[in-house]
Amino acid sequence: MAQIYEILIAAFLVIGGVFGFVGSYGLIKLDNPMSRLHAPTKATTLGVGGVLIASILFTLMSEGRLSLHELLITLFLFLTAPITANFIAKMHIHRHETPESLPKVDEDQDWATLAREPKPEADP
Amino acid sequence: MRLLQRLVPHPILTVLLTLVWLLLVNHISLNSLVFGLFLGIVIPFITQPYWPDRPNLRNPGMILQYFGIVLYDIVVANIVVARLILFKRNAQLSPAWVCIPLDLRTPEAITVLAATITLTPGTVSADLSDHGHSLLVHCLDAPDPGAIRDEIKQRYERRLMEIFE
Repeated sequence: MAQIYEILIAAFLVIGGVFGFVGSYGLIKLDNPMSRLHAPTKATTLGVGGVLIASILFTLMSEGRLSLHELLITLFLFLTAPITANFIAKMHIHRHETPESLPKVDEDQDWATLAREPKPEADP
Repeated sequence: MRLLQRLVPHPILTVLLTLVWLLLVNHISLNSLVFGLFLGIVIPFITQPYWPDRPNLRNPGMILQYFGIVLYDIVVANIVVARLILFKRNAQLSPAWVCIPLDLRTPEAITVLAATITLTPGTVSADLSDHGHSLLVHCLDAPDPGAIRDEIKQRYERRLMEIFE
């Protein structure tokens, strides 16, 4: 029984490690800033996820109790990772994109980050 | 009934906070359950004035289904993107911006949609239009941007509509 646990734990650790590695490799290999942003999304989902599942299994094996602590890490990552990505993307739009280089907005005037300030009204 | 509504303005938030507390303690006992419930009742009660127009969540079954689908998609998309990074040369990738017109109007629902898009590898939500009617999404490899737009609308937005609106 212990052997099955050990194999499972090892497998999840390897999965987590591989996805963490591919995420970091992608960060170097891809060639433009927005594409690079995609690579770390893998490290934060399956990369961390694999390690956390391994950790749950390990406490189950060594202490015989179910420790679901680890789910909280996933929850907090899921709440914070999109915000970081969004900040970096907005930064990129500010510095490198123009309204012409982005697709046209269907219904509204502009993308919020690039929206022009409304003209100040003249003093009466 | 009215009193109960006044005391527990966000029932789902109450349950969620209690659960988070139990997970933080990492040990189930009557003590932590009572204190978790206490936090779950007091925090929504105090923060209630700061969150007007809260959306009414309907369809709890749909919430679970949505969660399952997103988890499944994260795993699948992870493998797809890992293969893109490892085996495709940069020149063969076609990154693209995609504009997704939104039918959702609730800010909370749009936030969930944008977070989902970012969490599934291969797509990152970057910006909203100035009145919040479209979402700007960047795709790592999108030979056919229209297909990605349709998939996001079909798979995620339709379900969120049923949950939030």
